[in-house]
Amino acid sequence: MARGVGGEDKPKNLQDRFERNIFALMIATALAVSIAGIVQIVPLFYLKSAVDYTERVDQYGNLKNERFPELVWQREFVMDDNGRVVLAPGSENKRLIYKREDGSWGSDWNPGDGVRPYTPLELAGRDIYIREGCYICHSQMIRPFRDERERYGHFSLATESIYDHPFQWGSKRTGPDLARVGGKYSDEWHVMHLIRPKDLIPESIMPAYPWLAENSIEDYFFGMTRDMQARLRAMRRIGVPYTDDEIDMAQEHVRGKTEMDAIVAYMQVLGTMVRLDDDKVYRE
Amino acid sequence: MDTAIAKPKYDDNVVKYLTVMAVVFLVLGTSMGTMAAAQLAWPALNFDIAEITFARLRVMHTNTVIFAFGGMTLMATAFYTVQRTNGVKLFSNGMAWTMSILFTIGLLLGVISLSMGMTQGKEYHELIWPLDIAVAIVWLMFTFNFIMTIASRNKQTHSHVYVSNWFFMGMMIMITYLYVVNGLAIPVSLFTSYSIFSGVQDAMIQWWWGHNAVGFFLTAGFLAIMYYFVPKQAQRPIYSYRLSVIHFWALMFGYVWLGAHHLQYTALPDWTGSLGAAISLAMIIPSWGGALNGMLTLSGAWDRLRTDYILRFLIMALAFYAMATFEGPVMSSKTVNALSHYTDWTIGHVHSGALGWVAMVSIGAIYHMVMKLWNTEMYSMKLINFHFWLATIGTVLYIVAMWVSGIMQGLMWRAYDEYGMLAYSFVESVAAMHPYYVMRTMGGVLFTSGAVLMLFNIVMTIRMAKARQTSGSQNVASATA
Repeated sequence: MARGVGGEDKPKNLQDRFERNIFALMIATALAVSIAGIVQIVPLFYLKSAVDYTERVDQYGNLKNERFPELVWQREFVMDDNGRVVLAPGSENKRLIYKREDGSWGSDWNPGDGVRPYTPLELAGRDIYIREGCYICHSQMIRPFRDERERYGHFSLATESIYDHPFQWGSKRTGPDLARVGGKYSDEWHVMHLIRPKDLIPESIMPAYPWLAENSIEDYFFGMTRDMQARLRAMRRIGVPYTDDEIDMAQEHVRGKTEMDAIVAYMQVLGTMVRLDDDKVYRE
Repeated sequence: MDTAIAKPKYDDNVVKYLTVMAVVFLVLGTSMGTMAAAQLAWPALNFDIAEITFARLRVMHTNTVIFAFGGMTLMATAFYTVQRTNGVKLFSNGMAWTMSILFTIGLLLGVISLSMGMTQGKEYHELIWPLDIAVAIVWLMFTFNFIMTIASRNKQTHSHVYVSNWFFMGMMIMITYLYVVNGLAIPVSLFTSYSIFSGVQDAMIQWWWGHNAVGFFLTAGFLAIMYYFVPKQAQRPIYSYRLSVIHFWALMFGYVWLGAHHLQYTALPDWTGSLGAAISLAMIIPSWGGALNGMLTLSGAWDRLRTDYILRFLIMALAFYAMATFEGPVMSSKTVNALSHYTDWTIGHVHSGALGWVAMVSIGAIYHMVMKLWNTEMYSMKLINFHFWLATIGTVLYIVAMWVSGIMQGLMWRAYDEYGMLAYSFVESVAAMHPYYVMRTMGGVLFTSGAVLMLFNIVMTIRMAKARQTSGSQNVASATA
């Protein structure tokens, strides 16, 4: 198995040479440990099949999928004369968030339209989800088995977590999978459940999170403000597409909201972005 | 105070510091783990205090036992053995001290920040980016100092580098790769960053790190400990040189492939998971080769196990190593994985490795080092024997509980009733776990008590040794007066 890395099946004097020269041994070891990563990881960045044939089409990370167009919310960006990233002609009516005249928030995206970036409120909720370590006990990755299908829904696709930095697939189900929890319960249910899980499910062993309802989402550590604009901008830098308008509105979008509002908004969108067709084979 | 009696031949003060800190962190880390286990059995123990809710405490526990206890043990043993197997002092004693202090501060800040919910959100790589960078610097200082110490040996007297050093070095190289790549992130504020990878690539990179933290940090590093301390404690040479060469290269080349077996049946392409599973299966051979190499070192001297309690720890560790490295490939096979993944069985498997192998071999090595470093007998050998039984029974209770609960969960989740409907709701499976969670907590209590005894025993030993030295030097002083 160690063939080609100067292992035991080479003439003994090679091993002997390594044992006399620590730097040679270092280099040989560095080569031996690199191979697996190159074979297993690098192709994932190039193989289209690894992400259900979803492709990034622009420098901002916007997506398209010709084979399964229902998977992604396709929109297009251009740089305007002021150097701002705006929606291209033909995409203008695909705003992630906008403010109505009456002050309420709307979106041109509807559930099932395809995978899209998180709204500022959802992203803030996702940060709370990570802060509280929800991924320690809840997976977000449904496997293609009959029982998981009936319990949680259609198996998860790679495209569905393409904007998840970091991924939240988890590794343990001390609690149930949450990949498609969005829309299964009402907002009120989630609030009551997070404040005191045992009130709704007596056998639950989940900790209570009463502080979520008390903390403003804008409050960050040590009196600092949670800067949603910086967060969206950072996300855009690593390939999550937001327009400059959306980034500008980010802080306003979370103003007056609690951590509870944010995490509920996040959970309610989980699994609702794509409408998967049961008759299609997305993955062999 | 500073009448360090240690042979001036080696830089041992920094090793002493790291050794004692390792035991302190063992007590802290296992206590946190036991508390977290108790919270699953009795959720009221979360007390609605954000800082100690289960998920945060669990992350504090894993960071404390892996990086603080494991890291300190590895640094102590690496610096102890590299000097002795190469017949030189450390390349830089000052660098070793700087590294040790920086690491201690980093870890303490790490635990505090984790309790406050500051995390990168990647399992076993949670520390926020400034601490992440600090740990990486510590690691590079450790690696540099270690390699340069070997390079500065006298090639006439020490022509060949001993096998324990290969394993330490392999660990250092791979952990550097993994830690840096998996930690790539874009900072948003001083406390927050987002991983530059997402989705399927992030998952693969995460488990490439996740499994190789086990494979290199918790296996290669502790095998290095085994290759030095088992022959030393048994006072016999290692069973087979040839086997150790095979063991080394097979482990270096093979272990790195296994990460993908954590992602079977997920959205990761199927070939990746299958490749990971196939190589996992093949890894039984080198792993068992290594375990046998350690155990057979005792051939002809098995009776020593009756009298040498430290050797018991080392050999029991190898038995658990052999068991865990058999269990791992079984769990990575697709059929078993479909059942075992997401269940407590995984937690049980990790702990048969972590408690049975890593902790036991460390405990054996630490007792050995304490006696040599302070040039003394232990305060109480009986306590070591008692510790051995507490640790062994605690580990067995823990893993048996997790086997039962894990397999039961897996079966309950996929069970159907006579109408073809799912037989159990999720929460019924949660409720059914209660007795096993209690049993696991008891295992944790036993193991932690053993660690407390160890700390007590070592503190008393050091005090005893110091008292003897002071009275010794006073005698000398009065004689000359």
